[in-house]
Amino acid sequence: MELSGLFGYLVFFLSTVSIYAILALGLNVQWGLTGQINIGIAGFFAVGAYTTAILTAGPNAAHVGGFEFPFVVGAAAAIVTSGLIAVLIGMITVNLRSDYLAIATIGIAEIIRFVFQNEQWLSHGVRGISDIPRPFHDGQGSGYVFLALVLACVAVVYFLVERARLAPWGRVLRAIRDNEDATEAAGKNVRLFRLQAFVFGSAIMGFAGALYAHFIGFISPDAFEPVFATFIVWAMLIAGGSGNNKGAILGAIVVWLVWSGTETLAARLPPEYATQASAARVLLVGVLLELVLLLRPQGMLPEERPRPIARRKD
Amino acid sequence: MHAGWTCRPDSDTLPAHRLVASRETRLIRIEDVSLSFGGIRAVDGCSFEVAEGSITGLIGPNGAGKSTLFNIVAGVLKPDSGRIVFDGETITGLPPHALFHRGLVRTFQIPHEFYRMTVRENLMIVPPEQTGENLFSSWFRWGQVRRQDAEIADKVDEVLAFLNIAHVADELAGNLSGGQKKLLDLGRTMMTDARMVLLDEPGAGVNRTLLGAITTAIRRLNEERGYTFCLIEHDMDVIAELCDPIIVMAQGSVLTRGTMADIRANPAVREAYLGHPETAEAE
Repeated sequence: MELSGLFGYLVFFLSTVSIYAILALGLNVQWGLTGQINIGIAGFFAVGAYTTAILTAGPNAAHVGGFEFPFVVGAAAAIVTSGLIAVLIGMITVNLRSDYLAIATIGIAEIIRFVFQNEQWLSHGVRGISDIPRPFHDGQGSGYVFLALVLACVAVVYFLVERARLAPWGRVLRAIRDNEDATEAAGKNVRLFRLQAFVFGSAIMGFAGALYAHFIGFISPDAFEPVFATFIVWAMLIAGGSGNNKGAILGAIVVWLVWSGTETLAARLPPEYATQASAARVLLVGVLLELVLLLRPQGMLPEERPRPIARRKD
Repeated sequence: MHAGWTCRPDSDTLPAHRLVASRETRLIRIEDVSLSFGGIRAVDGCSFEVAEGSITGLIGPNGAGKSTLFNIVAGVLKPDSGRIVFDGETITGLPPHALFHRGLVRTFQIPHEFYRMTVRENLMIVPPEQTGENLFSSWFRWGQVRRQDAEIADKVDEVLAFLNIAHVADELAGNLSGGQKKLLDLGRTMMTDARMVLLDEPGAGVNRTLLGAITTAIRRLNEERGYTFCLIEHDMDVIAELCDPIIVMAQGSVLTRGTMADIRANPAVREAYLGHPETAEAE
């Protein structure tokens, strides 16, 4: 019983880490590759989660939905919706200098969260959407099926992101990160490439949101507070290594270990310290981040210089 | 002629107009261009032409508006009035990347290298219409992307050899010397089918040896590939060696143009640089 409980926790842990890893990979396209500061991760995460929730959950008279589409439809719609919202936001903000983009995206993510909190007909407000089915197999053992699915998703997203990084597409983005004017002078439409990076990264975040909704089975606006869905992802990417896709995954594992490890510790404290303990956990992630920045500013796995992809003609 | 220099495999042969560098045809025409920053008229009714196949020098005292004019021609700044005609078409207000595709490329006064990328990558980025610049092609047409990168890499090797910087090919560009960065800037213009290259002080901060390499490269590009150059330079030796004609700008417009001998003999030019004896202190 003890052992199966531990095993169950491991499945839960790995599923959560995988979802965060996908978020960090999405952020790596924007920040690691292009130098865009998106502090609105939670917004795209929420859009993805609510999109699939509305499309796949059972009927509820209190809000739209009850379509009971399969997971694949919900996830695809989550990618498309968050991508489209990123196009709209990106067209307005993509030319902002990075620090202004940061401010704009904070605001946008909060707007999105408040929309879901207040539009009862759409999202059932603070009561949230429940009964979001586990993909393919709902019921006994669905945790294992989901873990397999989400690990496969990490692999696919990693492949897409890594290949894009190594391809001339990623080369242009890295050039933009180093010098925008020179990239423009080299004939690249900087605006268009930045928009693509923003949309691609945000669509990945939306996909992560869809997986989250199906994993937990219930979503409410609380889940999309900036601390959980934005701050921690940044900590993961910076600790793991900005610009390095393996680093993004490693960072997700390490930071989530610290985060959930301290939860166990906090639970053992006397109840009167409960409030302080939860604040201290956030502080601890901050301290971890500080330590990485001081001791290993490029993260645990620094950005690799891409090896030439060229295949020499024989 | 190095065929491998052309960026696309299908454009190995240069158009006929570039093989015959006729000094009669004007490639670019600047018509009454003005631009003010606040109360300062940086460029003030400036007009001139650059003949196809020429190496035209643009000189003038600091604040004459040379760099501002360059930035207008290169599409970075929009003029308040006037227009730029390139190869018979008005290009005023087009963004830099669009001008690049018409064959109008530029370098920067301060080298603009991609400092966290290798020298090789700095050049590989330039060729236009790379298949792998499309996100979906990078996923689904990987074979073609790699083949094309191999072709581009071959061309990069040629450019690096031409510029004598092959030994630093795999260094990060940020680690190069100032002069090597200038060469790299020039190298980027060689990675495309440029027709006209704007060089903003190609010799600034470069030692004599490298300066020789840069002037040689410019001359060879002009003779062998038919590039038309318009260059801003303060080093009169470079101007004298390369440029004909020379255009002198002062206070935002063209003061005079001619050969080096004409310019040297012109008292107005000396005055523009040194100021009137009475107003010299105000300078």
